[in-house]
Amino acid sequence: MSRDWSLLLGMLLALLACVLLWVLHGALMDQPGPRLADLAAANVPYSGVSNPVTSVLLNFRAYDTLLELAVVLAALLGIWALGPAVPGFQPSGPVLASMVSWIVPLLILAGGYMLWVGGHAPGGAFQAGALLGAAGVILRLGGDPRAGLPDETMQRWLAVAGTAVFTLVGLALAAAGEGFLTYPTDWAKWLILLIETAATIAIGVTLAAAYVGGRP
Amino acid sequence: MTDLLPLAVAVPLLAALLVTALPRQAALLGVLGAAATTLAAGAVLTAVWLNGALTADLGGWGVPLGISMRANGFAAALLAMTALVALATSVYATGYFADSPKAVHFWPLWLLLWASLNALLLAADLFNLFVTLELLGLCAAALGALTGSADAVKANLRYLLVGLLGSTTYLMGVALLYSAYGALDIALLAEHIAAGGDENNAVDAAALTLMTVGLALKAALFPLHFWLPPAHANAPAPVSAALSALVVKGAVYIIVILWLELFASVATASAAMVLGLLGAAGVVWGSWRALRAARLKLMAAYSTVAQIGYLFMFLPLIAATPPGPARDNLFAALVLMALSHGFAKAGFFLAAGLVQQQAGHDRIDDLGGTAQQMPATTFTIGLCGSALIGLPPSGSFIGKWLMMQGAIEAGQWWWIVVLLIGTLLAAAYTFRVLSRAFGLEPTPLRFVTDARSEIPALMLALTAVGVLGLAAGPLWTLLGLGAGGAA
Amino acid sequence: MILFALGIWSFLSHEALLRKLIAFNVMGGGVFHVFIAVAYRGDTAPPDPVPHALVLTGIVVAVSATALALALGGRAQDAADHD
Repeated sequence: MSRDWSLLLGMLLALLACVLLWVLHGALMDQPGPRLADLAAANVPYSGVSNPVTSVLLNFRAYDTLLELAVVLAALLGIWALGPAVPGFQPSGPVLASMVSWIVPLLILAGGYMLWVGGHAPGGAFQAGALLGAAGVILRLGGDPRAGLPDETMQRWLAVAGTAVFTLVGLALAAAGEGFLTYPTDWAKWLILLIETAATIAIGVTLAAAYVGGRP
Repeated sequence: MTDLLPLAVAVPLLAALLVTALPRQAALLGVLGAAATTLAAGAVLTAVWLNGALTADLGGWGVPLGISMRANGFAAALLAMTALVALATSVYATGYFADSPKAVHFWPLWLLLWASLNALLLAADLFNLFVTLELLGLCAAALGALTGSADAVKANLRYLLVGLLGSTTYLMGVALLYSAYGALDIALLAEHIAAGGDENNAVDAAALTLMTVGLALKAALFPLHFWLPPAHANAPAPVSAALSALVVKGAVYIIVILWLELFASVATASAAMVLGLLGAAGVVWGSWRALRAARLKLMAAYSTVAQIGYLFMFLPLIAATPPGPARDNLFAALVLMALSHGFAKAGFFLAAGLVQQQAGHDRIDDLGGTAQQMPATTFTIGLCGSALIGLPPSGSFIGKWLMMQGAIEAGQWWWIVVLLIGTLLAAAYTFRVLSRAFGLEPTPLRFVTDARSEIPALMLALTAVGVLGLAAGPLWTLLGLGAGGAA
Repeated sequence: MILFALGIWSFLSHEALLRKLIAFNVMGGGVFHVFIAVAYRGDTAPPDPVPHALVLTGIVVAVSATALALALGGRAQDAADHD
């Protein structure tokens, strides 16, 4: 694209940004507006977890999160479809190897903590899964071509585990007469923990496998 | 009853997971999953037919805190079309990918794409729509690049990026609406917007513009269609069929909902006119390029740009028509056009894929004799072509007829000119293919040469021409419209 | 908003995939910031958790899309090298 066009486009978009800013400012300042905050806050005690963001993600709007797990899976499937992985890096020297050998367990431990803490403070399955994925990335950078992942069959099962557990819990609740993804209040905490655990493992495996970048 | 709606998403989703985990049985499990999904969609259609619109509150929280799903007649009609087209495509794919290692990658993404389409059609929440759009876009681009050729990968990378640009723009519109109204549910927001009057005009207009532009990118509305022809023409045939017939419709469906439901109280006739004019430009430009296209699949892809244009031409007409039977007829005609294009274009792409496999290429000028070798496939292309032209008794004939009626009643004669040009060009490009298809080679005695892949395409073509045209009446009932009967 | 517009601008005016992807993420960042701003309800009230959750979902979606786009880009490069 030529420089003149780029400049013209920039000016037009700057104008757009100003208009949007003005609109947003108007919407935010004129009236504090009805928000879902109070409604959400009132229902958090019944959601099975005490962190409001987690209760939105895994209870009030759990369906969004289910589809979001499917998006992560779709990206991995798309990457697998593109062909075999590129070869990894050469094995690392002793210094790097020993550093990797204690960072990876720490990351896994931190992932587990993130998962548990998500119930009452910021954290949760995606953050924990990201840490697991990071452990895989470090392993691969350290020379393990498979990034610490199991064989193909196992990888496939683990990658679908999060979405599968989520969907099956939803359907089981529907079959039990509660409705799709409608957790009974007493069970909510444990069902959410179950879903989050499966999701953490799936996201960790998916991210590491996506980093490896090709069919296992 | 209400569990039916999540079921229509959960079934293809679970099937996608199963074929991912068990790649060796992919084709068998995939077809079983397709059949189960079709049953679920059929159940939704029957329930809507019997009881009217359905809603489901997921998680039992109800709106505005929770997410709800809903199926009205419009959604159910598209859901059923999706199911039939996708089922036919699935059966076709077992033949198309029979000996190909690509099958392992095709099935999971394909079922995931289907799940996202169902989720999109049944969504009643603006943010939920965003997630389904992204899932749809990712699956579609990954499937489109499945052949692995440089052209396909490049075209679909562009498709993915354009889609991301579009959905992020859409999301900005959602953010604006949430800032003003604190809700994401479509029906609830529509009430707020109608009740708000002039108070939030700037927010409404900005959100509507952002969301429409973002979605128009994904719907390939002229002049934002540039990404579509290469992406659709370079994908494997079953994928092209789904991309052209179904995926693009997803974005169109959301735009129609935005204009006729969510922003019904603020969308002005002049703004709708802009969309209609862009649609008309798309009709003329797409048809012209289709006529000039050198390759069969590229021709079909350009024809999609044109057919999408027709759908947008309905918006100003509906906006100009006062509520009543005339308006209901126009809306039903829009749905009818969308449905018959879905069937016809899917059938066309599937048949084009067979021609490509048989002849080794799809250059239109060198297709001499194909008709003799593949009678059923050529018949399919002819039928689909007649539905694209809008010959009676196809569904699009009734659609175009009603559009003309509406244009005359609204005093907007210029749409009729566009309609005539588009129809003439469509006839020209269809006959161009058919005229090349016949040569002097000996004709085989059998009408069908490969049942597994030829029959599904033919079924789709027959649905577009026969079923939708002759039995369009029930559509009015399904949509819950008073004025009965096709024109 | 400025991030959003800046993102669109560089998305449209840069050819290279990496730049386009960074632009897309900047753009997404702009949208997410709007959501965060919407969630703020004054110094006394707790913030609205719903937009926070939407942002988290949006980020994960953006990460997935970026990963797929990078893989497609790499593949396109490979295919171009072989031709």
